[in-house]
Amino acid sequence: MPETTHLERESLPRLGEITYKRRLSENVVHIDVYAPLIAKKAEPGQFVILRALERGERIPLTVAKTNSENGTITLIFQEVGKTTLALGTLNVGDSLRDIVGPLGNPTPIKKYGNVAVVAGGLGTAEMLPIARAMRQSGNYVISIVGARRADLLILVDEMREVSDELIITTDDGSLGIKGVVTDPLRNLINEGQVDFVITCGPVIMMKFVAQITKEKKIPTYASLNPIMVDGTGMCGACRLNLDGETKFACVDGPDFDAHRVDFDELMMRQKAFVEFEKCALEKWISENRHKLPPEHPLIKHSIRSNPYG
Amino acid sequence: MDETKEKRDDTKEERLKRAKELAERKKREEAGTEKPLVGLPKKERLKIQRQPMPEQDPMARILNFESVVLGYPADIALLEAQRCLGCANPKCIPLCPAEVNIPAFILEIVKGNLEGAYAILKESNALPAICGRVCPQEVQCEMECLLAKKGPVAIGRLEQFVAEYMLDKFEKEPPTITRYTPTKEKVAVIGSGPAGITCAADLCKLGYDVTVFESLHKPGGVLVYGIPSFRLPRRIINAEIKTVEDMGVKFMCNTVFGKSVTLQDLLKEGYKAIFLGTGAGLPSFLGIKGENANGVYSANEFLTRVNLMEAWDFPNADTPVYVGKKVITVGAGNTAMDCARVSLRLLGVKESHIVYRRTKAEAPARAEEIEHAEQEGVIFNFLTQPLEIIRDENNWIKGLKCIKMELGEPDESGRRRPVPIPGSEFEIECDTLLNAVGQSPNPIAMRSIPGLEITKRGTVVVDEESMQTSVPYVFAGGDITVGASTVIFAVGQGKKAARGIDRYLSAVREGKIKWGEKQLKAQLAVSA
Repeated sequence: MPETTHLERESLPRLGEITYKRRLSENVVHIDVYAPLIAKKAEPGQFVILRALERGERIPLTVAKTNSENGTITLIFQEVGKTTLALGTLNVGDSLRDIVGPLGNPTPIKKYGNVAVVAGGLGTAEMLPIARAMRQSGNYVISIVGARRADLLILVDEMREVSDELIITTDDGSLGIKGVVTDPLRNLINEGQVDFVITCGPVIMMKFVAQITKEKKIPTYASLNPIMVDGTGMCGACRLNLDGETKFACVDGPDFDAHRVDFDELMMRQKAFVEFEKCALEKWISENRHKLPPEHPLIKHSIRSNPYG
Repeated sequence: MDETKEKRDDTKEERLKRAKELAERKKREEAGTEKPLVGLPKKERLKIQRQPMPEQDPMARILNFESVVLGYPADIALLEAQRCLGCANPKCIPLCPAEVNIPAFILEIVKGNLEGAYAILKESNALPAICGRVCPQEVQCEMECLLAKKGPVAIGRLEQFVAEYMLDKFEKEPPTITRYTPTKEKVAVIGSGPAGITCAADLCKLGYDVTVFESLHKPGGVLVYGIPSFRLPRRIINAEIKTVEDMGVKFMCNTVFGKSVTLQDLLKEGYKAIFLGTGAGLPSFLGIKGENANGVYSANEFLTRVNLMEAWDFPNADTPVYVGKKVITVGAGNTAMDCARVSLRLLGVKESHIVYRRTKAEAPARAEEIEHAEQEGVIFNFLTQPLEIIRDENNWIKGLKCIKMELGEPDESGRRRPVPIPGSEFEIECDTLLNAVGQSPNPIAMRSIPGLEITKRGTVVVDEESMQTSVPYVFAGGDITVGASTVIFAVGQGKKAARGIDRYLSAVREGKIKWGEKQLKAQLAVSA
C-alpha cells in the first residue's frame, strides 16, 4: 500500500490534523492525528469520539497507539458506512472537525499469568495496545488474530512484536489455521494454558469466546462497541445488559466481564439504525464514488433503501 | 352649570398646575436629581391590556423547527412596556434569580432607548435573549406584579424583545462590547451551560482570567442539546454566547473535565478556583422490563440527536433518529413536552402521546409548554403508569403495557399520590418510547475531585450563599446542586458562585486566609 508521510514543517500541526495515513487493507485505514492532550493521557482500552466533518456524526474509535513525543494518536477504522468513508477520504494535512478524549476506562492491566488476547478483524487494532501492556506487566501473552481472508488481516507484524506467541486464523485457510479464533482458543484452554482472556471483534465472535471460557471459568473481558452519541454518560445510547443490570459502555466500560454480557441484545441494538445507515451510505457513494478506489468493497455492492419507507 | 364646562374649568386649573410641576420637574431632571417621566399618564396606562404574543399557527409550526413565538413587534412592545407602573418598591426584582432591574429596563423601552434597556439587562444577566424565552416568568418576576390579576406586565416577552432586537442589530453592525483585560487570578469554569456562562461572564467583568471547558463540540450545554430550536433558535444561543466570548471569556470545547483535563492539570496550570456547572446529564430510566429495546430512548439521547446533531435534517446531517409513526413520551415536565413536540415535527410521525401517572394539575411543565403541546395535537394520557415495554423478536419496541391510576392521599411533595386501579392494565401500541422522567448529575466531573461532598441523590453539597463546595477552591451551581431544574435557576446560582469565588480569591489575595483553606462563613457573608 502507498504511504503518505507528514511533510517536515516548522509550525506545529493544528489540533485534529492528520499527520500520517496508510491503508492496512482494502477498507481499513490507519491515521495519526495531532491531539497532544489525548496523546499524553490515553491509556490502553480508552477511546476518542470524533466528527470528521461539520454536521457529521460523533463516532467512537479506540486509541490504538499514543505518541506523546510528537503529540499524535493512532486511530484505525474500517470503512463501513458514510462517516468512516468520509473520514477515509481525509488526507495528511486535513483536520478532523472535532476530537475529544480520552474517554472510557483503561483496561485493567495487571499480572494474570498466561493471557490470551483474542482479536477478530478490526478488533486487532483495539487489542494491540492491550497486548503490549499485558506483556509489559509480566504476563505471557498469546495473541490469536483472525479474519475471513489473509488480505483482511491487519497489524500482524505489530501483534507479533508485542506477543509471546501469535496464532493466526482465516476462514478460508489462506493464512494460518483454517477456521475461527475460537478453535485455537479452545485448544489452549484444554491444555490448561490460559489464566485470563481479553477479546475484541465482531459481537458474535466475542459471544462464542465468552461461551467457551465460561464453561472453564476463565475470567474474560470483552471490549464492547455499541452505538454511542456523546460518549460521556449523558445519553444512554450505549447501554448494555449485564445479568439484568444496565451499564453504559462509555463510562462504565468499554471493557466488561464477558460472562455477564447479553451479547444477543447488543447485536440487535447495533442494528437499530441499519436502514438509516444504508440510506446515508447510498447517498454518499452516489455523490463521492470518484473518491473511492474501484476495488473498494462498498462500491461492488451498493444498496438502495429508504428508511422512511 | 354644565358638567363639561365645570370639568373644563377644573382642567384648566389643573393644566396650569401641571405645567408648573412639569417645568420644575424638568429642572430637577436636568440637574439629575429626578428620574425622567415618559409615556402615557398612569390612568391611560392602566387601560392597556396585556399584549398577546404572536405565534406561528399550530398546524403550520408542526411542519418546521422554526420559532413558535414570533416576538413582539416594536409598537406592541412599546404598548406593553407602558403597562409597567414603575412601582416604588418593585415586587418583580426580588423574584428574579438574575436580579435584573426590571422596571428600569422597561422604562428605557418606553423612552425608546433599546440600547439602554439592553445594557441594563446585560448588567445583571449574560443571557437575556435566552431567559426571555425559556424562564417560567409566571412563577417568578410576573407572579407578584401589581397587575397580576388583570394580567401581569409581560416582562419575559419584553426582555426577549429588547435582547433579540439588539442581537439582530449586532449582526448588521458589530457591537462595541467592552473587552475586559484580566488582572486577577485564573478561574476554570466546567460546563458551558447557563450556570457556567453566567458565572464566567460575571467573573470576567470582575477582572478574572476565565476559561470555560465544554465536553461537547459546541458551547451551550442544555441550551443546545436539550432545548429544541423552535423554543430557542440556535442563532440566538450562538449570538448570545458570542457576546460573552467578546467580553474576554475563553471557551474550550471537546474537553472533558476528569478525562481530557484533570483537577491536577488545572491547578498546575495556575487556576486558582474552579466552578462546576456540569448540569444534570445522567438520564433516568423507568426501571421496567424491556427498556433496552430498540426504539427506546432517554430524553437526553433523543433530544441530543435532534437538537445538537440535527437529526431532523437527516441525511443532510449525518446523525439519524428513528421515530416511526407513533411515539410515546413518559413524563410531564418541560423535557417531556420538548420530546413530544419534537416528535411531532419529525417526518412520518402521526401521533405523539404523553403518558403521565398523575393529572394535568400536577404536571411540572410550564403552563405555556403544556398549552403549546395541546395546540399542536399532542395526546395526553393522564393517570397512566407504564408497567412493561413489549418487544418483538428483533428487540424492537411494539407497545407499552400500562395501568390506570387514581389520585389518593397527598404524598411528601404535597401532591396527591397516584394509586394503581387493580385490573385496569392495558396496552398502547407504539414505535418509539422516550423516557423523560428526570435526570441526575453526571458523576464524571465530581468523581475526579477528591474530597468533594456529594449527597445520596448524587448532587454536590454547596453553601447556599457562596456556592462553595467542601473543597474550598471548588464552587458549583445549576442542576449539579439540585438535579434537573430551570435555566434561570442555573443563571442565579452562576451569579452567586461568581460572587463567592471573588470573595474567596479576594480574601486569599488580601492574606486573610490561605488558599485551599476552608473559609469561615462570616468571611463569606454577603454585603448586600
